[in-house]
Amino acid sequence: MSATATTARKPRALGRRRKGSLAWHLGALLVLAVVLYPVVWVIGASFKPSKEIIGSLELFPTEPIISNFKGLADGIADVSIATFFQNSLVYALGSVVGILVSCSLTAYAFARIRFAGRNLMFSLMIGTLLLPYHVLLIPQYVMFQKLELINTYVPLLIGKYLATEAFFVFLMVQFMRNLPRELDEAARLDGCGHLRIYWSIVLPLCRSALITSAIFTFINAWNDFMGPLIYLNEPGNYTVSLGLMLFRDSDGVTSNYGGMIAMSLVALLPVLLFFLAFQRHLIDGMATSGLKG
Amino acid sequence: MGTAVTLVKDSPPQVPAERPARPAVVKRRGRRENLAGYLFMSPWIAGFLLLTAGPMVASLYFAFTDYNLFNSPKWIGLDNFTKMFDDPRWQKSVEVTAKYVIIGTPLKLLLALGVALLLAQSRRGQAFYRAAFYAPSLIGASVSVGFVWRALFSDDAVVDKAQTFLGFHTGGWVGDADWVLYSLVALTVWQFGAPMVIFLAGLKQVPRELYEAAEVDGAGPFRRFWNITLPVISPVLFFNVLLETIHSFQIFGSAYVVSNGYCGPADATLVYTCYLYQKGFKEAQMGFASAMAWMLLLAVALVTAVLFWSQKRWVHYEEDAR
Repeated sequence: MSATATTARKPRALGRRRKGSLAWHLGALLVLAVVLYPVVWVIGASFKPSKEIIGSLELFPTEPIISNFKGLADGIADVSIATFFQNSLVYALGSVVGILVSCSLTAYAFARIRFAGRNLMFSLMIGTLLLPYHVLLIPQYVMFQKLELINTYVPLLIGKYLATEAFFVFLMVQFMRNLPRELDEAARLDGCGHLRIYWSIVLPLCRSALITSAIFTFINAWNDFMGPLIYLNEPGNYTVSLGLMLFRDSDGVTSNYGGMIAMSLVALLPVLLFFLAFQRHLIDGMATSGLKG
Repeated sequence: MGTAVTLVKDSPPQVPAERPARPAVVKRRGRRENLAGYLFMSPWIAGFLLLTAGPMVASLYFAFTDYNLFNSPKWIGLDNFTKMFDDPRWQKSVEVTAKYVIIGTPLKLLLALGVALLLAQSRRGQAFYRAAFYAPSLIGASVSVGFVWRALFSDDAVVDKAQTFLGFHTGGWVGDADWVLYSLVALTVWQFGAPMVIFLAGLKQVPRELYEAAEVDGAGPFRRFWNITLPVISPVLFFNVLLETIHSFQIFGSAYVVSNGYCGPADATLVYTCYLYQKGFKEAQMGFASAMAWMLLLAVALVTAVLFWSQKRWVHYEEDAR
C-alpha cells in the first residue's frame, strides 16, 4: 500500500517502485520456497532409492528410478493399491452426495422458510460447530458396534446424509440469505411451492457455494484419518490413509522408504489435482465463509 | 407476512379476554410454512437427535461409569475423574496439548497475518501466490504429509543436516523426546493458508482513505498498522484465534502419524485425543475415555467463553465505531 502511495508523487518514483516491486517478489518467493519445500521434496524423493531418501540433501535424485512406483503394483499387506483407492473414492464421493443434498435442504429451511423454532434450531446448529467431536465419538462407536456396523462405511457416511457437518450448512445458509427475497415472492405468486423454489431457483443460484462444499467435502473425506482408523479394521476395507499406515513396521522403523514415499505422493495426487482445478473456488469460499462468523 | 401477524395481535382490545383469531389464510399459511420447514430440516433434525444430542447424553452417562463395551456400564460416580487427575499420563497429555496450542497457534496466526499483509499489496501474480500459500492447508491433514514430516525430521535427514550446517546440532526431532513436539508445531504452522485467506479478506475491507489520512498526519508504517489495520481487522483476528485454538485442542492425526502410532517417544507427543483414543479404543475403557472427552469439552468451552469475554476489550465491530 505504501508503495503505491509513493508512486503518486511522480517523477523519480518510478525507479523506486520497480525496486520495491522486485523486493516484494523476492520476499514472497523466498517464503514460498520454504513453504513448498516439503511438497517438492516428496516429488523428488519418490524417484530416489530408499537409501538415498533419508540423508541426502539433494531435492532431486542423482539417478531417478521408478521402481518405487512399480513396487506399489504388488500392493501392501496382500491388498492391492486399487482397493484402497476404490474405498477412498466410495467414501469421498458418497460424502459429497450426502453433504450436498442434506446440507442444502437444511440450509434452505433456515434461510428461506419462516417456521416456529427456527432461531432455536439455528443456535443449536451453530453450537455443534464448536462441539469437540470426541464427546460424541465413544457413544457413536458403541451405537454402531451394537448395530454391527463396524467395518462398514455406514458409520463414516451416515452423518453426511444427516447434515451433521454444520460448517457446510452454515456456509450455504449465508449464501442463500443473500439471494433477493423478491425471487421467492415472484415464484410463489406463480404458484410454486418450496420444493420447486428450492430446486429451480435457489439451488442453481447457489452453485458456487455448492461447488465449494463439494470440494472441501471430497478433500476432507480423502484426508480423513481418525474415522477410518476407528471404524475400519480389515485391510480390505481400508481407505488410502489407513493403507499408508501399513507401511510402518511394528518396531516403528520403516525399511521400505521408497515405496512409502511413492505411495504418499500417489495418495496426495487427487487432492493436489482437485486443488489445482478449483483453487479459486476454494479460496474464495474460505474467505467468504470465514468473514461472517 | 410478519407485519400482518403483528397487526392482528396489536388490534384494539374490544374483545378483551380472548386473542382475536388470525385470519384463516395467515393461519393456514403459517401452518404450512411450519410443516415445510420441518420437512426440509428433517435430515438435520434426525442427525442432531441421533448423532449429536443422543450421544451427548450417553457420553455424559458413560463418564460416570465403568464400561468396557462388553459388560453393561456400572455406575461409579466421580471415580473416573479422580482417577484421571491422579493419572500421570493424563497430566502429561494435558501438558503436551497445552504446549502445542500455546506455541503453535500464535506462531501460525503470526505467519498467516504476515504473509497476508505481504499479499495484500496489489502486485502481479497475487492469485498465484495466494493459491500456492494455501496448498499446505489442504494436504497437511493427510497421512502422506505425516510421513513426509517423519522423513524430513528424522536423524540425519534434511532438517538435521540443515541445522548442523547452521551450527546447532540437535539430531532428528522425531526420535528426540525434547524436540518431537516442535516438529508437530512446525507442521501446524506450515498450514497457515486458511487463516491467511481469511486475514486477506479482512484486509481488503480496510478503507484506503484512512491510510492516506494517517500518512498526511505523518504516521509511519508501524503506527498505521497498529492504529488502523489492527482495529479494522480485529473481528477477523478474533474469528481466526477462536477457530485455530479450538482446532489445535483436537489435534490427533498428525500426532499419531508423525509418532508412528505411539504418540511418543516417551509420551512426548501424547496429545489429549491420542490418550483418549488409547484409553477408549485400545484399552476399552469407554467410561474413562468419555470422562476425558467431557474434560476436553469443558476446556474448549472455557477457552471459547474467555475469548468471547475478552473481545469487548480488543475487538472493534463497525457498529461501535460509528
